[in-house]
Amino acid sequence: MIDEKSYIEVRGLTKHFGKVLAVADVDFAVAKGELFGFLGPNGAGKTTIINILTGLAHPDSGTIRIGGIDCTGNSKAAQHLIGVVPDESNLYPELTGFDNLCFCAALYGMKKAERQARARELLNVFGLSGASDRKFGGYSKGMKRKLTIAAGIIHKPVILFLDEPTTGIDVASARHLRQLISDLNKGGTTIFLTTHYIEEAERLCDRIAFIVSGHIVQVDTVEHLVQPIQARHILQIVCANMPQDIQKYLSASFPDLEFTTPGHGLIRVEAEKPVHVGLLVRFIEERGGEVSEARRIRPSLEDIFVRITGIEANHMHKEKEKTGGGR
Amino acid sequence: MKLWIAFWNILLKDMRTYYLKPPNVSWGIIFPLAWTGMFFIRSDSGIESILTLLPGMVALSILFGTTSMLAVTVTFEKKNRSFERLLLAPIPFELLMLAKTSGAILFGVANGFVPVIMAAFLVDLSGIGWGSFVLTVFLIAVVSTFLGLFIAVAVSEVFEAQTFSNFFRFPMIFLCGLFFPIEKLPLFLKPLSYALPLTYGVDVLHGTVHGGHTMPFPLDFVILAAFCVGLFAMCLRNIRRRWIA
Ligand SMILES: Nc1ncnc2c1ncn2[C@@H]1O[C@H](COP(=O)(O)OP(=O)(O)OP(=O)(O)O)[C@@H](O)[C@H]1O
Ligand SMILES: [Mg+2]
Repeated sequence: MIDEKSYIEVRGLTKHFGKVLAVADVDFAVAKGELFGFLGPNGAGKTTIINILTGLAHPDSGTIRIGGIDCTGNSKAAQHLIGVVPDESNLYPELTGFDNLCFCAALYGMKKAERQARARELLNVFGLSGASDRKFGGYSKGMKRKLTIAAGIIHKPVILFLDEPTTGIDVASARHLRQLISDLNKGGTTIFLTTHYIEEAERLCDRIAFIVSGHIVQVDTVEHLVQPIQARHILQIVCANMPQDIQKYLSASFPDLEFTTPGHGLIRVEAEKPVHVGLLVRFIEERGGEVSEARRIRPSLEDIFVRITGIEANHMHKEKEKTGGGR
Repeated sequence: MKLWIAFWNILLKDMRTYYLKPPNVSWGIIFPLAWTGMFFIRSDSGIESILTLLPGMVALSILFGTTSMLAVTVTFEKKNRSFERLLLAPIPFELLMLAKTSGAILFGVANGFVPVIMAAFLVDLSGIGWGSFVLTVFLIAVVSTFLGLFIAVAVSEVFEAQTFSNFFRFPMIFLCGLFFPIEKLPLFLKPLSYALPLTYGVDVLHGTVHGGHTMPFPLDFVILAAFCVGLFAMCLRNIRRRWIA
């Protein structure tokens, strides 16, 4: 349809809200057919970037091409190519699920028979057929989310923007949605999504951009991102009665190893070379600790995220709980 | 064709969900009825005074019908974010706002004819110049709709829109010659009268109904039309500035 390699191309995008720098000189490109993710904490600027790309906000500066069309200064130019699923549902509470979908389809100029057929199809796909005649205002959170996603793809957009698609819904629904997103992508839709779930980004995305305070700090495939620490050896030790200042003693006695205590009763060991487990366990037990488990961990995206952004992963998890949990 | 589908469905949805709801329809009938009754009782005059009251009634019905609807359709949808859905659609912004306001315009026109239909049972309306009358009703509906839009954009809460629009609407009843001739206003208020679009619409209505106008019709029409265009342009600019920040 579009003769272009990059479906989204952004250069030098900057946006202030008063004195707050929400987006700071951001560059990135999303290739045709790619599933690209923005991973970052609250307030990183993810929603602001989606709003700018989709025409709900003006940037201070920067250029934008979507589907090969220059949208700089004219956000309407490529709106027929894109579908948008906002972080909060923006459908009409007083309309039924079916009417909401038909109305959204009409906004894209679809004919009546076509929009009704498509609405029924999507209600079916999202498991909402039983609720199609109920008012949207009475839907549960997860149902709202699903219908909002259905509304975003009703006109079969070639590029889809998803702002935190699985935030605030239960585990099974989140898994179902991720499957649907993945299927859409396999069907040829280029997808740009934001999330603060590291595992979600890792599982879904072809490429990930880490975004913090309006800056993109790293962009790459999951495989490439974890490469620098892939060769490292990571060991997690579970220990009851953890002796006081054990981390200090360990560091002093094993200078080649890096020790951290990421949680209650946990000791984490990182090293360039394989770690001699027996030696460590004996050292801890001699000081009164009771080691119940010591196991090697494969370096994950989480480790590299923490390393690059300096944001503790469990900080992101806490945010997740605050917003209602998602996995 | 595609744009027409979008335009038509936006209008249709607003009609169904807002304008054709029983409370709004009855409001459109009761409101003019109450005012007419009040004026009759106050003026102690006979049936023949209906013709002099009719233009004011028509203008009043349109003004109140349109401005209050916009506050709901636009402010409410802005607040629950469904307005964003419209902004995301590939529809030129001007057309989108026309679609969003045309429901209110039609509602205003319909409201404007409620007093006319009631009057038709009581007096002979055959002397009215209907061509100019209908055109004026339409222009008043457009101009008050855009005034309502202007107010709706300036505020962020539905209740603010209501209060703020009353701030405009009630003075206009007295300033625009609906029931009291502008000539009888104190001198210092007159410039204000001529700065308000409704004055020109009401002038034509008086002229077509009972011949009591003060300005030539073409001048009234040109000024009304200019107000429509000017207000719409101002609204578009404000919406772009405030809502697509
Ligand atoms: N309309 C606005 N007015 C003022 N400041 C804003 C506005 N929108 C966003 N900001 C600010 O811009 C920054 C980025 O916000 P944004 O909503 O883009 O973050 P986010 O990455 O989407 O966060 P979250 O994960 O919480 O959704 C924040 O500091 C926020 O306070
Ligand atoms: Mg956000």
